[in-house]
Amino acid sequence: MWGDGVSLSYPVASDHQLARLLQIGMVLEEVVEARAHKHRETLGEEELGDEIVSLLGEAAEESAEHRRRLEELVDELDADPVAYGEIEKLVAARYESDTDFDGVLYDQLCNEETAYKFYDDLITAIEGSDVRFTIGRERLLSVLQAIREEEAEGVEEVTELMEDET
Amino acid sequence: MNTQDQYLKSIYLIQQQENGPASTGAVADRLEVSPASANEMIGKLENDGLADHEKYEGVSLTDEGILRASETLQTYCIIERFLHSVLEVEEFRAEARQLESVIDETVAERLDTIIDRRERCPDCFDAETDACELLDVPESEPAD
Repeated sequence: MWGDGVSLSYPVASDHQLARLLQIGMVLEEVVEARAHKHRETLGEEELGDEIVSLLGEAAEESAEHRRRLEELVDELDADPVAYGEIEKLVAARYESDTDFDGVLYDQLCNEETAYKFYDDLITAIEGSDVRFTIGRERLLSVLQAIREEEAEGVEEVTELMEDET
Repeated sequence: MNTQDQYLKSIYLIQQQENGPASTGAVADRLEVSPASANEMIGKLENDGLADHEKYEGVSLTDEGILRASETLQTYCIIERFLHSVLEVEEFRAEARQLESVIDETVAERLDTIIDRRERCPDCFDAETDACELLDVPESEPAD
């Protein structure tokens, strides 16, 4: 049957779809973590300086924590699991750092902005849905909103550091 | 990807299949919207200089529309390929269509760093099967 009007923005319609989106979030976080590690490895702590090294360290830790929180949500949903160990290996193998020193902060800014956008769109799609998920809507949204907030703080932090550098 | 981009992508693919303008009915069918809704959006695309609509013939994308549609199709290819190759989703076409409105192109660009997409993307997208022709998918699988 026809959709509702011109708009093609579909709200999240099932546990399965929600789980898939959360899994995509987990992979995005994995990519952020891999990039942070590669930057440190490729450019070296001496060249990067204390502030950027600590920023990359915190970013990697935060991504691991976000992934853990997303995984907890996925585990509670009625959905097929994915072989996450394989994905970790794939991200590590595929991701090649080609960023020079100036690119590190810019790359980090893109990471935070992209993650913010992802969680923001996901929250909107969940809010637009009237489906009853296996997991409580309030808890689901509060976890995602907290992660989104941390991404927003990340954007601010990197922006400040970029301003200091110039 | 927003609604306008999804329309552009559909018109682009229908034009490729038809080798000519896309009829409003075909656009509506592909997007599962009413012909009236398709018509309304086609009018907006025309106002934005992204498409030309000729009565009784159908809609054709302008050069700018083609460029935007091609970028959008790339984003869609990334989502399909990611679902197929990374998350190993069997119904990757159906899931890509369900998820495309939630996945922004900046997010897709990040996912693109871990998939093996060819340089000629999106020209290798096959409108008939609704998937990249280079994806290793069993032939018996229906193109739903």
